Amino acid sequence: MVKFNRFTLDNGLRVIVHEDNTTPMAVLNILYDVGARDEDPEQTGFAHLFEHLMFGGSVNIPVYDEPLQRVGGENNAFTSNDITNYYITLPSANLETAFWLESDRMLSLAFSEKSLEVQRNVVIEEFKQRYLNQPYGDVWLKLRPLVYKKHPYRWATIGKTIKHIEDAQIEDVKAFFKKHYNPQNAIMVVGGNVTTEQVKELSEKWFAPIPAGERYHRSLPQEPEQQEARRETVTAKVPLNDVYIAFQMGARTDQDYYVVELLSDILSRGNSSRLYKSLIKEKQIFSEVHAYITGSLDKGMFVLEGKPLDGISIEQAETALWEELEKIKTEGIPADELTKVQNKTESTMIFSEMSLLDKAMNLASFELLGDADLINHETAKYLAVNAAQVKAQANKLFRKDNSSTLIYLAEK
Amino acid sequence: MINRKLAPEFRAIDNINLIRPEHKKLSNGCNIFCFNSGDQELVRIEWVFGNLSFDPAKPLLNMAVNSMLTDGTTTLTAAQIADKIDFYGAFLQVDYGYENSQVTLYSLNKHLHHTLPVIADILNNSIFPKKELETFKRNQQQKLQVSLQKNDVVARRAFNRAVYGTTIFGYAAEMTDYQTLQHDDMLAHYKKMYQPSNCTIVIAGKIEPEMLTLLTDTFDKDWENSPTPAVTIQPDIKAAADLFYFTEKPEALQSAIRIGTPIINRSHEDFQALQVLNTVFGGYFGSRLMANIREDKGYTYGIGSGLASFKQGGSFFIATEVGADVCKSAVAEIEKEMNLLKTELVPEEELSLVRNYMLGSLLGSLENVFSHADKFKTIYFAGLDYDYYDRYTVTVKNITSDKLIQLANTYFNFDQFYKVIVGKY
Repeated sequence: MVKFNRFTLDNGLRVIVHEDNTTPMAVLNILYDVGARDEDPEQTGFAHLFEHLMFGGSVNIPVYDEPLQRVGGENNAFTSNDITNYYITLPSANLETAFWLESDRMLSLAFSEKSLEVQRNVVIEEFKQRYLNQPYGDVWLKLRPLVYKKHPYRWATIGKTIKHIEDAQIEDVKAFFKKHYNPQNAIMVVGGNVTTEQVKELSEKWFAPIPAGERYHRSLPQEPEQQEARRETVTAKVPLNDVYIAFQMGARTDQDYYVVELLSDILSRGNSSRLYKSLIKEKQIFSEVHAYITGSLDKGMFVLEGKPLDGISIEQAETALWEELEKIKTEGIPADELTKVQNKTESTMIFSEMSLLDKAMNLASFELLGDADLINHETAKYLAVNAAQVKAQANKLFRKDNSSTLIYLAEK
Repeated sequence: MINRKLAPEFRAIDNINLIRPEHKKLSNGCNIFCFNSGDQELVRIEWVFGNLSFDPAKPLLNMAVNSMLTDGTTTLTAAQIADKIDFYGAFLQVDYGYENSQVTLYSLNKHLHHTLPVIADILNNSIFPKKELETFKRNQQQKLQVSLQKNDVVARRAFNRAVYGTTIFGYAAEMTDYQTLQHDDMLAHYKKMYQPSNCTIVIAGKIEPEMLTLLTDTFDKDWENSPTPAVTIQPDIKAAADLFYFTEKPEALQSAIRIGTPIINRSHEDFQALQVLNTVFGGYFGSRLMANIREDKGYTYGIGSGLASFKQGGSFFIATEVGADVCKSAVAEIEKEMNLLKTELVPEEELSLVRNYMLGSLLGSLENVFSHADKFKTIYFAGLDYDYYDRYTVTVKNITSDKLIQLANTYFNFDQFYKVIVGKY
């Protein structure tokens, strides 16, 4: 049970307070309701580049990191296809420094040309390090456009190409800030050794004077139902072949989401999972194999991935994966196996309460989904799933005409 | 109107309270350390074993035996072990380290009577089934092939080999080494290493008295030592003679750089002060290396430096991946930043920032009871006591720029550092 209090400032900023006095620390987490899905198709990678620029100084504070480090704090941020999330942890005695820093960059950035120039280079190096200079690093750059034809999920958060990052101009940066970085589009969670009264006072002082700004109305092209099997084969300088099969699945807020997540657990969570036992240990088809879901706010992906062993053909590997899927489609799953993944989910939830930062981030994410209190009802939703629902979802998802297969061939 | 240009007042951190464990010694020689704290009804239990002396002819034994502990016992198959653990929502991990290897169980308290017997079985009755061993070898070799395509991995391997020589610390597995793995050797290694007199149990979480009884019952009278004690002494480290290692990758977009030197370990009186110097140089986001090479030049997504410490020795290293075309410039900037620390005093403003940052970071690293147990493990397995942390906070609070410049001149000699480049140079 994660307890919290909640209030909204006049400018629309939603604030959630989670009091936890077992720690001497405090966390301030701000989620901005903007991600790579909100980008112009000709300016991809921008939300993420912008995240870097948020550290390049704000209107009244020339450098962001230094004052925070001076009071014993640390910070970081990440961008996904759906959201951009910034967080600070610091000794709770110095909480006000976090309010000062975060409110100033919500008020306005410094928009320095030098910062843009440097961060363009840094992000280009990040693009190379994580996506281009790694074996299999570019797989998401290829898989996304295979699965999505209309929705902006068709590009990765890093962007479609380095060119888009090189082309970013300071005017674009200003426009993006105005459109997305205002109190109405943000959710703030303050947690740790704090009181709700104190957080209210500090929020009124530092955030209430920020103009509400314009509300961003999201209207994204929705991805149509997939009607045909898709397939792409690439050859690359990688040591082993790799097989990806992705299926379109529902959105995070669908009722079926919980069923589908448990279905992925049954296939691939831990050494007792089906793919591990059957395809790695018994049949010895793959050296590694995984199944997972993207958990996206809009229509998501259910992904299977495996690296076949030497001497196993791509056809054998694909057939073996499909056999496992067909088995669930026709035979369903025993009650025990479902109980197992439900128990695992339940204990994972309890273990996640050991981390203050995780709790703060989760509260922000659930508030974005509609209500922070959903965090306290998640477990019950997983526990309510029955075996018939799992079988039904397997039949709904695992169809050839809902599949996108990406084959990575090792250049010999 | 508030003045947004003015930073709010702040307080320096004075007290850092570490939870110290309760200690018990079982009759079979196994030590147990208990950290009892927290609201959630769960525990983390670690069984930590000293690695046996490294045998260069059979270099994979410590790693392979640890990795395969979950692959079958006289009564349970690998699949049955996984089923039991997962069914009770527990997490079972095995981890191989240079000095110690361990088994970790995360379990809800209410399921411990189901999960603990599985660990007891693993520690008493593992058999390393031949079929599982073949699978292990094959899959490890495949993973190694992928790792060897990563420049940062190749650089780390070459660096460790140079700095730590032919010891367990310098060893990096080659494909052919897997052929040396034999079932009988593994079983013999297991019997010598995984015995109570070579085991330390660390338990952290909400510990009820009956849980402790269950734990001691399971791992005391039913767990016996082998006739011969484990020999866990590792030979002395002897670094290589050559200082420069370049692996060319003509198509690389980025080059991996690793530069460093053997250095004092945690037990040396300069170690805490050296940690401050390391932080200034490359140990945090605002460090000299990050400020120059990432935030000013934009050569890299990240650069950092660090200290590794073992009982036998330690190392200091700088690691980064930079644009292939700016590799030489990046190395030159690293050298420049290092020399600056030897010639110019660190300004008081920067030093006070680093002090506060390091204390805040220590406080922040104590997130929950598991972190307190981790702090204990760091000192206990290095043969140190809690004085280490007292000395750490005193040093961080009081160190001077004079001391830092003196340390830099003692320990930083760029010409004598090992340099590894993978990519283009």
